[in-house]
Amino acid sequence: MADLVFVLLSILTVVSALIVAGNSSVIYSAVGLLFTFMGVAGLYVLASADFLAATQMLVYVGGILVLILFAVFLSNRISDAKLSNPTHMRVPSAIVCIALFGLMSNAAVTTEWAVKTNVEYAPTTAVLGRLLMTKYLLPFEVVSVLLLAALIGAALLSRPESAKAALKPDMEEGQ
Amino acid sequence: MMGPSAYLILSGILFAIGAIGVVARKNALIILMSVELMLNGVNVAFVAVGSYMGDPTGGIFAFMVMTVAAAEAAVGLSILIAIYRLKETIDITELSVLKW
Repeated sequence: MADLVFVLLSILTVVSALIVAGNSSVIYSAVGLLFTFMGVAGLYVLASADFLAATQMLVYVGGILVLILFAVFLSNRISDAKLSNPTHMRVPSAIVCIALFGLMSNAAVTTEWAVKTNVEYAPTTAVLGRLLMTKYLLPFEVVSVLLLAALIGAALLSRPESAKAALKPDMEEGQ
Repeated sequence: MMGPSAYLILSGILFAIGAIGVVARKNALIILMSVELMLNGVNVAFVAVGSYMGDPTGGIFAFMVMTVAAAEAAVGLSILIAIYRLKETIDITELSVLKW
């Protein structure tokens, strides 16, 4: 049963990932990305990472995908989306990437993984929360500072030019 | 019951598709989406190996990757919008100001 679910989720994920990387319309790529994220969230559930699956839906589908859709609507007139979206050097890049995949899958298959035979389905939220507050406190804080910096940077970058000019005297006074 | 190899091969497929997207496409938006694909592939590997080993560290690493992905998407897309406002294009072959 779990094998069947895994195969179905893999097909969903891989096909929509191919749409993301291969379709000529930006909108179709964004919708393909939605289904890839959902398939990956399903795979997390199958691998007994319930809280991560919920986070995947919230952060990727609710945050990043909406952001990408807004960027698509702001930067592309929908009518000429096809013209603005060509590919180049299709064959060499495909060869390189398939070679990369061969290397990685060879490593994945030939390595002796020190694993248990089955996944234990147990809630993971409490364990993750405890680890984030004890053993991994420093990475947690570093990531929060990174998020703050990204927030300020994104707000500053996407500000219109007139607002930037209005901001400048303040900044010079600050120095 | 399949082992972690199935998950790892799937994550390799996702990573390779994302790499094709990054290398072969000219639209900067699609390149950003493909980077997200590659990060998702890495996350699948982290989560699968972590849960098969019964070690929650994989989940923690997946969290870190997700946070970096969110920050990257926000900054990258705002740079993209700024470039589009300036140049009226996001085709990376036309954005060659820094090339000499």
